[in-house]
Amino acid sequence: MADKRLTLDDLVGELRSGMTIGIGGWGSRRKPMAAVRAILRSDLDDLTVVSYGGPDVGLLCDAGKVSRVVFPFVTLDSIPTDPLFKAARQSAAVASTEYDEGMFYLGLLAASQRVPFLPTRAGLGSDVLVVNPELRTVTSPYADGEELVAVPALRLDAAVVHVNRADAGGSGQILGPDPFFDELYLGAADRRFVTTERLVPTEELAAGGPLQTLSISRLLTDGVVETPGGAHFTACVPDYGRDESFQKEYVAAAGDPEAWAAFRSRFLEVDEDGYQAAARELAGELDARRQAERAAAGKESR
Amino acid sequence: MSDPTATGVTRAESCIVACAEVFRGDGEVMASAFGTAPAIGSRLAKRTFSPDLVLTDGDAALMVGAPALGTRPEELVLESHMPYRKVFDVVWSGRRNLIMMASQIDRTGNQNISAIGPWARPKAQLVGVRGAPGNTVNHPTSYWIPNHSTRTFVEQVDVVSGVGYRRAAEAGPAATRFHEIRHVISNLGVFDFETPDRVMRLRSVHPGVTVDEVVAATGFELVVPDEVPDTRLPTPGELALIREVLDPRGLRDREVRA
Repeated sequence: MADKRLTLDDLVGELRSGMTIGIGGWGSRRKPMAAVRAILRSDLDDLTVVSYGGPDVGLLCDAGKVSRVVFPFVTLDSIPTDPLFKAARQSAAVASTEYDEGMFYLGLLAASQRVPFLPTRAGLGSDVLVVNPELRTVTSPYADGEELVAVPALRLDAAVVHVNRADAGGSGQILGPDPFFDELYLGAADRRFVTTERLVPTEELAAGGPLQTLSISRLLTDGVVETPGGAHFTACVPDYGRDESFQKEYVAAAGDPEAWAAFRSRFLEVDEDGYQAAARELAGELDARRQAERAAAGKESR
Repeated sequence: MSDPTATGVTRAESCIVACAEVFRGDGEVMASAFGTAPAIGSRLAKRTFSPDLVLTDGDAALMVGAPALGTRPEELVLESHMPYRKVFDVVWSGRRNLIMMASQIDRTGNQNISAIGPWARPKAQLVGVRGAPGNTVNHPTSYWIPNHSTRTFVEQVDVVSGVGYRRAAEAGPAATRFHEIRHVISNLGVFDFETPDRVMRLRSVHPGVTVDEVVAATGFELVVPDEVPDTRLPTPGELALIREVLDPRGLRDREVRA
């Protein structure tokens, strides 16, 4: 079994400006944020980002890394929209390809299966076909003669997904309730990277959960990076939930230039270890602030 | 027009009953409901006239029964795995009945959750079209709009996300085959498209609301029948379920006041 272990820097070194990059997860859930942060620190730009979007999309747009976003939504789940993506769209700083969620799935599936398109009803009659004039319909060659949307293969130059456990050979384990579309991002890509909370010996994978949690096979991976806390501040259950306090800080900071500059220097202009340390430090500060508020409220009510 | 104070039924409770009615007659279909009133309404329908409805846990599973809103995940009894990839199998099979929300809705039933203003450079970027295009051409879809105004009920939506009747007809038989916009429920009344040219019609007003109020808050010409009934009142049993079982914490009153 080939040893596919890499560092975050190795991973970013495999990427090039101008690439089309798929980012796994869904909204603010199990996003490969350590890899995103590493891209933010790099000199890569002109990327086409393909994502069931969360904070990955907003951060990359804000840093000037992105020329186009392919997305069905960009959301932080517990907060409906991402402020940095909003700003990028409202200033037309990035081009957009907006798909229905199911079309997006079929685009990745078509790329994985090496067919040029897959047919669906999804998109018919909607503005998805208006704002993406390159999209075509296809007429069924059978007796029904139905005219359906032909979703083109969403071929990716590279894909990154984040999982709970993996081994050095690149087999990945997703312990949370939803594997999302991570397998398909990898299947659709030429260069395929898995980041993981913990690298474990292969025999610990099957011991750690039912067989169906071993959903990423090494047939789908070229490189694997151990990045504890690598999905933070998005959810990576059961290892950790979404860091809602951090996410609120992110949204508040993003709305104010001065606060955003401070946020960037504290959390983004540092390496991954520095980020994790700063995030722990912030959690401590927020806890202390909450305790002080509770104590003050207690005094007032007395 | 009945006086809501005379019946003691709140506006939110009328909205919940209207949402529940969307699921009447459904057998084993997956009920998906976004927003507080639809979430309570789908659970009320399951506990009363549509017991075979299948509800999701809000994450990646189907759950047993119709527990109170805000029940902790570890207290739910799950019966099936329903990750997003399988949700699309259900959507495309048609075995689903959905109430979505809408930032804008128009006369022919188009819905917008993508962007306000021109798509290429929006005045306000919203969440994105999400699954609305595919949902609306695959299974019955209704909308819940808790803030009825000329800003939400518009002549023409800015970005067609959910597909209305005219757009579906223009797209052809593959789009109309399974297309149905069932009801639109707002904080003022209930609307449908049961008109010859499939434009929005006032179906009922919630108790305490006048037809004139609805017309004034709507940014297009609404079809208003000569007789507009009130939205039906909850039965005493339904009211007890809403207040004591499904929403004892009163989350419904935060979404719709009075």
